[in-house]
Amino acid sequence: MRTRLDVLICAGAACLSAHSAAVRDALAREIEAHGLSDEVRIVETGCMGPCELGPVMLVYPDGAFYIHVTPEDAAEIVEEHFLKGRPVERLLWTTPEARRIAEQRKQVPFFAKQRKVVLKNCGLIDPENIEEYIATDGYAALGKVLTEMTPTAVAETIAASGLRGRGGAGFPTGKKWGFVAGAPGPEKYVVCNADEGDPGAFMDRALLEGDPHAVLEGMAIAAYAVGANHGYIYVRAEYPLAINRVEAALAAAHRMGLLGNNIMETGFSFDIEVRMGAGAFVCGEETALIASLEGHRGQPRPRPPYPAVEGLFGKPTLINNVETFGNVRHIILNGADWFRSIGTESSPGTKVFALSGKVVNTGLVEVPMGTTLRELIFEIGGGIPDGKEFKAVQTGGPSGGCIPAEYLDTPIDYESLQELGSIMGSGGMIVMDADNCMVNLARFFLEFTANESCGKCIPCRVGLPAMLEILQRITRGDGRADDIDKLERLGKTIKTASLCGLGQTAPNPVLSTLRYFRDEYEEHLVGRCRAKECTALIRYWIDPEACRGCDQCRRACPVGAIAGTPGNPPYAIDAEACVRCGTCREVCPFGAVEILDRR
Amino acid sequence: MEQVVIQIDGNEVRTARGNTVLEAARDNGIRIPTLCHLDGLPDIGACRLCMVEIDGRFGTACTTRVRDGMKVRINTDELHEMRRTVLELLFAERNHVCSFCVSNGHCELQDLACELGMDSVRVPYRYPTLSLDATHPRFIIDHNRCVMCARCVRVCAEVEGAHTWGIAFRGTQVRVITDLGVDWGNAETCTSCGKCVQVCPTGAIVLKGQATAEMEKHPELVAELEERRRAG
Repeated sequence: MRTRLDVLICAGAACLSAHSAAVRDALAREIEAHGLSDEVRIVETGCMGPCELGPVMLVYPDGAFYIHVTPEDAAEIVEEHFLKGRPVERLLWTTPEARRIAEQRKQVPFFAKQRKVVLKNCGLIDPENIEEYIATDGYAALGKVLTEMTPTAVAETIAASGLRGRGGAGFPTGKKWGFVAGAPGPEKYVVCNADEGDPGAFMDRALLEGDPHAVLEGMAIAAYAVGANHGYIYVRAEYPLAINRVEAALAAAHRMGLLGNNIMETGFSFDIEVRMGAGAFVCGEETALIASLEGHRGQPRPRPPYPAVEGLFGKPTLINNVETFGNVRHIILNGADWFRSIGTESSPGTKVFALSGKVVNTGLVEVPMGTTLRELIFEIGGGIPDGKEFKAVQTGGPSGGCIPAEYLDTPIDYESLQELGSIMGSGGMIVMDADNCMVNLARFFLEFTANESCGKCIPCRVGLPAMLEILQRITRGDGRADDIDKLERLGKTIKTASLCGLGQTAPNPVLSTLRYFRDEYEEHLVGRCRAKECTALIRYWIDPEACRGCDQCRRACPVGAIAGTPGNPPYAIDAEACVRCGTCREVCPFGAVEILDRR
Repeated sequence: MEQVVIQIDGNEVRTARGNTVLEAARDNGIRIPTLCHLDGLPDIGACRLCMVEIDGRFGTACTTRVRDGMKVRINTDELHEMRRTVLELLFAERNHVCSFCVSNGHCELQDLACELGMDSVRVPYRYPTLSLDATHPRFIIDHNRCVMCARCVRVCAEVEGAHTWGIAFRGTQVRVITDLGVDWGNAETCTSCGKCVQVCPTGAIVLKGQATAEMEKHPELVAELEERRRAG
């Protein structure tokens, strides 16, 4: 059915939680009421990227991009835009570069600087409609490999493209495929690692929600290349929407003969099962994931033997990340040289990042490898809110390191991030400003990894809590002179001695902040937190000159620590009773409440 | 059997193909400290004490198989420091008080501390509050002295075939449990064979009725048992 207008409304998890479904219903009602049902079509898509601005909506063909849409706006949008052709300007995403409508997606830097390969269909097609996927050359790559290529040629094409594992470690994908293809035995498996556990990371979820068939197709191509007939998607149970859409995609692909027995009547058969993870972070580690798939306790085991030789149920197993599989069909259709033309020599292609923290445009972005941190944070991300100063960016989630301002011009690839003491990781990127205490940040991430340690090997199980305890006493103001040395020594031992990637990378947030922000640690040892975040090291104080005696702070204080008479300034805070929650500072209309060093 | 030549700390040694680095070292009279490893049980590489440098990368000697021309380093300052730190972490984790332990003088953890010259612990002690289960008629499990080597789990599953022992929880909360967490005395699958007592390297799983330093164990029995089974 051809329609005059296509209204693409984001149905990613972030926009759904901002009530995009209610917006959809309201729009549908208004469209119906205005008799436009034959002319305007609503399509629910996957994540469009700027999650902070949700619910977002894109109208084709004019390209108007609406942000923060509410159900109450529906009538105006339908009446003004859909009926009379005048886009509702107050809801459009305008920036200095793109003040008016016309092709915002090309002019707003958030979109203009991105290069969407893996996320090409995300936010464009209805993920629950296989025909829309097929309309974007979906399953053409699978058809091509099954009818025109040998399994060896497929693995060689992937190897020639230089694609590297997007789960974090960056192992050459083609090489891995080659290992599994070359492993003896008739029974092999393909596993998709969708156990995305990094706090603040949602790349894999977005792809599974927004374009599930791309992952299925990538898996099927991989299965053909390595000689597997059975695959598993291991996805965390906390992703119900992704699971639903993958299940629906599997059913649709089966119905069309694109998965299952005798695919496209070529004689090749491949089946995929979805397995839900119970939420242990360590199960993202490949050997722990395999143990969990087998029904055992999710614990890693030493490698070698690698899963390519001895994996699921002891059989050769190819295990790749969601985003890695998402790249496959594009490489097959466009060729290895095309893929190499994007990104850098050692890290070709694009990478999807989940941008969060102290940045204007939080959300999902995809950029060519080699894009600098500055471009990513300041151009696409829109910089730091409220004109504050950039302090550091944490890449690679809880196992990554913090990179300070002097390295903002570093091009992002696997090697350069590692040189800076961080990792690419799965693509989490958390931006911090001057209000973030680096010691407290390291403590936060270590708390996470210490809790998620499986407990099998000693350095990780006992070493991480030991580091955590030292960090806790430093942020409490009870740090000891040799604590910094202890952290460094322990961190180094844990990195080298731990069994799996969890322990081997968990000290990174501490070691990298010690490398770049050592002075902050030293200041904490003498009782000062410059970011004024460590509550044990600060006190609140009311400036008698600025106080007007409005009484708001006294009424807001949860512990009755503020004394004063309305209209008779100044008010004062009882430092002993104060719990340093900061409420008084938030409510004060005159900016009279200041944070001072406790000493 | 086909022989493989590898280098250990600069010296060429020969060993049978298929052996682990640990076996290669031991065949040639070279000692590598171990704790979770026990002859007769499958290796899991958990304690990290047998960590060595293999062709410039770190790996556990108990789980790495030899390859022709492999260069192994066992005695470097870095590895000594690493092993000692790992051991200190173990002592700091639970409540290991040798002076009134039934296994005092016959404890593999204590022996390792002597061997590695651990004269102090440089990491914060955790002093956790842990339980002791004496509900079994003949045996006791004292979690204060457990090092989570999982020998009991392995011997129970792989040698006795009872699968009574398991592991529950994670991180510092991790514990060995009997029959999905019931008291040992109520664990229906337990055959009371006592193999877990014999393989436990510390005073964690012991016989009842022992006083300080009286508990002597015979973990070598497992390897003997395996040997006899293989011989038929």
